[in-house]
Amino acid sequence: MSMVQPLLEVNKLQTQFPTSSGIAKAVDDVSFSLAAGEILGLVGESGCGKTVTGFSILGLVDPPGRVVGGQVLFKGEDLLTMDTERLRAIRGNRLAMIFQDPMMTLNPVLRIDTQLIETLQAHQDISRAAAYDRALEALGEVGIAEPAQRLRAYPHQFSGGMRQRVAIAIALINRPDLIIADEPTTALDVTIQGQILALVQALCRERQMSLIWISHDLSVVAGLADRVAVMYAGKIVESGTVRATLDHPAHPYTRGLLGAIPALHERGSRLLPIPGTTPSLLNLPAGCAFADRCAQVHGACALPPPDFAVGHDGPSHRVRCWLNHANSPNRIADAAP
Amino acid sequence: MLVFLLRRLLQSGVVLLVMSLLVFVGIYAIGNPVDILISPEADQAEIARTIAAFGLDQPLWTQYLIYLQQAVRGNFGNSFVHGTPALALIVQRLPATLELACVALILAVSLGIPLGLWAGLRPASKSGRAIMGLSILGFSLPTFWVGLMLIMLFSVQLGWLPSNGRGATTELLGVPVSFLSWDGFKHLLMPAANLALFKISLVIRLTRAGTQEALLQDYVRFARAKGLRSARVVFVHVLKNILIPIVTVIGLEFGSLIAFAVVTESIFAWPGMGKLLIESINLLDRPVVVAYLLTVVALFVVINLVVDILYSLLDPRIRLSDQAD
Repeated sequence: MSMVQPLLEVNKLQTQFPTSSGIAKAVDDVSFSLAAGEILGLVGESGCGKTVTGFSILGLVDPPGRVVGGQVLFKGEDLLTMDTERLRAIRGNRLAMIFQDPMMTLNPVLRIDTQLIETLQAHQDISRAAAYDRALEALGEVGIAEPAQRLRAYPHQFSGGMRQRVAIAIALINRPDLIIADEPTTALDVTIQGQILALVQALCRERQMSLIWISHDLSVVAGLADRVAVMYAGKIVESGTVRATLDHPAHPYTRGLLGAIPALHERGSRLLPIPGTTPSLLNLPAGCAFADRCAQVHGACALPPPDFAVGHDGPSHRVRCWLNHANSPNRIADAAP
Repeated sequence: MLVFLLRRLLQSGVVLLVMSLLVFVGIYAIGNPVDILISPEADQAEIARTIAAFGLDQPLWTQYLIYLQQAVRGNFGNSFVHGTPALALIVQRLPATLELACVALILAVSLGIPLGLWAGLRPASKSGRAIMGLSILGFSLPTFWVGLMLIMLFSVQLGWLPSNGRGATTELLGVPVSFLSWDGFKHLLMPAANLALFKISLVIRLTRAGTQEALLQDYVRFARAKGLRSARVVFVHVLKNILIPIVTVIGLEFGSLIAFAVVTESIFAWPGMGKLLIESINLLDRPVVVAYLLTVVALFVVINLVVDILYSLLDPRIRLSDQAD
């Protein structure tokens, strides 16, 4: 393997929110890396820390929450220790984000052209006229008809799907190297979801852009991403190529997520929901956080689960679980005479 | 838009009519102005003559109808006390009150919004807490007491500012104003600050609350994710959104500044409408009181109209609609 520097490398990222009843570890020891042009799906249930991971990378965690440890290396530079002006110059320029709810993302009292042009002018010395032309082009690229007219409109004059297209146009206008998309289709109708998905996918391929697609929907990620990382209670519990992870899921939680997807072709087959709910991030157990809901729970699960390469598809497929681990205390106990 | 304006005008007419009736009846119920105005030594014939001269011998509804008839022609009656047209008396005092209220409003906006923004952006900082603490004082201390303390400090102890009157006035477009001359400005400063204190606190609290709410909105986070400089995020994305409630409240408060400048005007002997009103109520000078209240209602109507128009300029989602809703 060549030692090409990854575009983004997240190392042992930790983000915490102090609350009146203790510290919530929203992101705990999260590591992953992303090559140029690669698409990563970050998957998990609500409240598992996917969105906070995205915000942590961009330095947009709202106080009192804060990133307490780790590194976020973007082209080799640590975004977490960078001075604010340098970080601002990268945000929205080389590294952009699309948010979940298009109804809330655009400023309701500013015209679309203002919101596009200011994004250009924040990062380059460009005349208003030139910026206007770029804005026009950008709206056209995301499939908005009659962009010249639509530029002069306000957000409330657009539908949800159209607003998300505008938000995508804003995020892409400086031709970033990496986009973080935080469930950008969740708030939209199914048909619009497909359109937005196809649009983002096409733009990424066309421009060799990297993408982190945050979603709770494994079926969307299956068709979109190169690699997938499954998060549970602030930790990545399984990661690998889409093929290895979805065809040979090693973590009971990943299997649970796959079992909970309704299949179109097998009518009447039973869905297998994962019992219980995600644990409170305030008092996570010392051992595996999924143990309470896991069908294969055993004695070793009371200890912190190991993070190891599971063997499908080489070293890139990793899992954080005692099952199938060579040094599982249970296995050692069983082996003992 | 035209229909909107016409409907507004019609509504205002009804408000003015109801208002005049209420005040008319109210003052009639309080007492007979002749008892106060005429000297105790006057004989019965003289009393009867005075009553007839004011038209007070007629039944109330006749008096009111005559009043309305005259009012439609722009004649609001003569003051019982001064014998001059009531409206002229008020118009003569109006500039002084308007000037005071305008300066107080400018103080409230120019101090309240920046301080509120600061406190909203840095709620945990010492300066942020200090601003909020002071605003509670400004909210709670009674205006008359603060006025007296200001006089004690700046007029009596330090001798920097005069304690009463308007000082020298300068004509501006035919209207006498104080703020153009140094002497007039010195006279204006203290009463305006006194009147503004409560409003400054109000604007600070509104701005702070709005800022803190706006900062949590996705569009602010998105603006930061776009890499905008924080000055642009605060002064364009946040400020433009929070201006909407602030403009509403300031509009309503401007009306109350004019209508209730009474206390400040009394303390600083400011020759405005408020002082005239208090004197007129004491003497049951009905034409002046009714004309005063009609003027204030008319001012409120105009202010509300301006607020509605400002609204539609600030918030693109609001368009002045021509349909009743």
